[in-house]
Amino acid sequence: MSTNEQERPGFLVLELDGDGAHPAAWRAARHAPRELLTGARIRSTVLAAESAGFHGATFADGSLAQGETDVGGRLDAIQRAAFAGPLTRSIVLVPEVDTVYTEPFHVATQLASLDYVAGGRAGWLVAAANSESAGAAVGRETVHGTALALEAEASVEVSRRLWDSWEDDAVIRDVETGQYLDADKLHYADFETGPDFPGAGYTVKGPAIIPRPLQGQLPVVAPASLFGEHLYDAGALAGIDAVLVTAPTAQALAASVANFRHRLGTTVAIIAELDVVVDARGQSAEERVAYLDAHTSWLSPRARYTGGADGLVELLTEVLAVADGVRLHPAVLDVELDELSRLVLPALRRRGALAPQTPDATFRDLLGLARPANRFELAGN
Amino acid sequence: MSENSEIGNGFIPSGQLQFGVFFQGVNSGTIWKSQDSGSQTDFETFRTLAQTAERGLFAAFFLGEGLRLREHLGRPHTLDVAGRPDAQTMLAALAAVTTKIGLVATQNTTYNDPAHLAHRLSSLDLLSAGRAAWNVVTTDNAWTGANFRRGGYLDHEDRYTHAEAFVETAKRIWDSWDDDAIADSETAAAWQTPGSVRRVLHDGQHYRVDYTPRLPRSSQYRPVLFQAGDSPEGRDFAARQADVIFSAHPAYDDALTFRRDIVARAVKAGRGANDVQIMPASEFILAATAGEAQEKKAWVRSLQIGPQQALAYLEQFWGRELSSYDPDGPLPEIDPVVAETSETRGSGFHGAKARQLADQWRAEAKDKGLSIRQFVTGKTNRVDATFTGSYTDVADTLARYARTGAVDGFNISPWLVPTGLDDIVNHLVPALQERGVYPTEYAGTTLREHLGLPVPQRSPETIADDGEIRLELAVHQQQL
Repeated sequence: MSTNEQERPGFLVLELDGDGAHPAAWRAARHAPRELLTGARIRSTVLAAESAGFHGATFADGSLAQGETDVGGRLDAIQRAAFAGPLTRSIVLVPEVDTVYTEPFHVATQLASLDYVAGGRAGWLVAAANSESAGAAVGRETVHGTALALEAEASVEVSRRLWDSWEDDAVIRDVETGQYLDADKLHYADFETGPDFPGAGYTVKGPAIIPRPLQGQLPVVAPASLFGEHLYDAGALAGIDAVLVTAPTAQALAASVANFRHRLGTTVAIIAELDVVVDARGQSAEERVAYLDAHTSWLSPRARYTGGADGLVELLTEVLAVADGVRLHPAVLDVELDELSRLVLPALRRRGALAPQTPDATFRDLLGLARPANRFELAGN
Repeated sequence: MSENSEIGNGFIPSGQLQFGVFFQGVNSGTIWKSQDSGSQTDFETFRTLAQTAERGLFAAFFLGEGLRLREHLGRPHTLDVAGRPDAQTMLAALAAVTTKIGLVATQNTTYNDPAHLAHRLSSLDLLSAGRAAWNVVTTDNAWTGANFRRGGYLDHEDRYTHAEAFVETAKRIWDSWDDDAIADSETAAAWQTPGSVRRVLHDGQHYRVDYTPRLPRSSQYRPVLFQAGDSPEGRDFAARQADVIFSAHPAYDDALTFRRDIVARAVKAGRGANDVQIMPASEFILAATAGEAQEKKAWVRSLQIGPQQALAYLEQFWGRELSSYDPDGPLPEIDPVVAETSETRGSGFHGAKARQLADQWRAEAKDKGLSIRQFVTGKTNRVDATFTGSYTDVADTLARYARTGAVDGFNISPWLVPTGLDDIVNHLVPALQERGVYPTEYAGTTLREHLGLPVPQRSPETIADDGEIRLELAVHQQQL
């Protein structure tokens, strides 16, 4: 991160999952319930987010725990992001992908592939599934506590190594010598879990079955909560480019971000998490929440803003002054996105609080990260 | 109609052919040495090829999978195209820029979990509005397992039991949502009707599954299943489980024999004579005249199998470096260093007796007066899988397949991407349409509709226990 963080305009990311963050959001959506799980829905929401001026979109995944949402269906997050890839030009696409019950080799291949179909606009929101049902689905024991962060760390390291296992110019297409690849530019990943790894350790040989991603390395985003009290330990965030942080209330969000910044320094980007519900359709935000809460109550671990667009502009200006970016979780995607597009993002742009949207820029560009050197190339020299 | 009786068992030829396109991404079939050879990874290559195929009313766009990078004599194999995107991720992106063509992902049963793979395929099926298919493959070797948490866990003889139970579990997952599981309107009592989704339990020899599926059925009910089995056990598996066989029998007489066999097996398994379709792997080298096509073929072959590939091909059987030999000279007079061949890893030529084979090949090459390169070109490009000729001659040849129902179509491997389908779409397809054996429009919106496949019956609640099902899938000699 640059040192003059405060002066750099920030970015806004929108979570596009389902019908919104409120568990009963589907009751206020502008489509029939059975039209949710379709490509048409992804097309319309991601295009709306891009044209509204959002810099990024995230796609939640994992089990649909009761209480978190009424909606019992969800398409694969990497596939939703991949579908959005060719439809968009500037918005970065960041699926949530589990690290505990997945095969790290598949995850690395799928994310690298996403980077190709999204023109270098892909990222990875690391998740560590901790529900019993996630383990039972694949016949494994449930992983808990600090073991989750170690699973995530191992999986991220596997991807990092596999993404470097082809040097950028490994495909040489030398007709004279008949060599399509240069074998010296391909490397084994040779990953092995360490002695402190919980549960069954594993190895991954490599090289990857796909060339190095367009970005070299995809940016990796992780929730700060995944690391618990170890967040500030040396090396805890190795391999992580950005952390998602929150606060008990919206009022406390800027101070909370500043506190994380103080303790983490500028080596990792900080993205603040915020649930939003705004006045719309002639109804106050409070009324809208009350209507939905009457069906299913909204329990969220994140700070929440409830009110008018003006107040949200003030809040986001304040938070973006200290955070690299803010991720918004709209109560009802269809409704909030309209209001954000019409009233909030234009005001923030006028204030100079938002980074420009750049067609064909990569996620690394957005984070201010240079193209990374290849670890194996470095080792070889 | 007299030719119909050649099949028997109540089989009725549709009189039509369907085309699929197989974007290979590995092996020597795709030329990379031409100026027209496009990138193997850029999305634009895939988009162009898929959209060209769709313009030609192709039923399916097909992607392979190999879960470890090919090696040769202990090093990455460097002479052929390699390095390709994940099939389902790429197909999800293609779903956004195509509207009709089917999207077929080759996916391995050995290194996936049934709940995850079934979910992802279901996801692709919904994203594409009913255009997804799964080409079921399996592997058992520890060499591939080295890339996975679970390692090479599966014994050779168990891999088919495992695959069968996997497919059965996937089908149960796709069967689990009732038609009316999702609310009709925003005023319904719940998004998901209580009791409308069945939990899927499986406790077998190789894995346990306890899963509440998260996706409804698609407009084509569930992904179409492709399978490439060829052993007797593999054919029985396909006859029981698959919708389409990606076969290795494109030559006419051979295709007819294979069709007869599959129809008999399908009927025996309680399915309809027309329920299992057959699309052999094939290659087309076409031109305005037969003479030009032959010239083109010589050019294609020279770029597919260069001098280095010719030597490398022999090296995997000889088990030693042969770079001192002249590719345009006779086969090496020295013997292989091992009795059993080491394979080019990830390509797979299992179990041949190296010395015996070397003797045999030397005799064969000498007999026919073939150089190393000529000999290897003959070995690597199966003569019967290539249709070479003028557009009209090849159209006449294919029309015969349609009339008798020897095949339902062809899965075409273009030797060039992304332009390798252009002459097929521009010239061969119209010639086939004139002969009334190729669709003039898509039959519907789903892959199942394009292929004219029956809608599956929802399976009964109880499925036989894993341990009681014994059968076999074919070994995949080449990476798909």
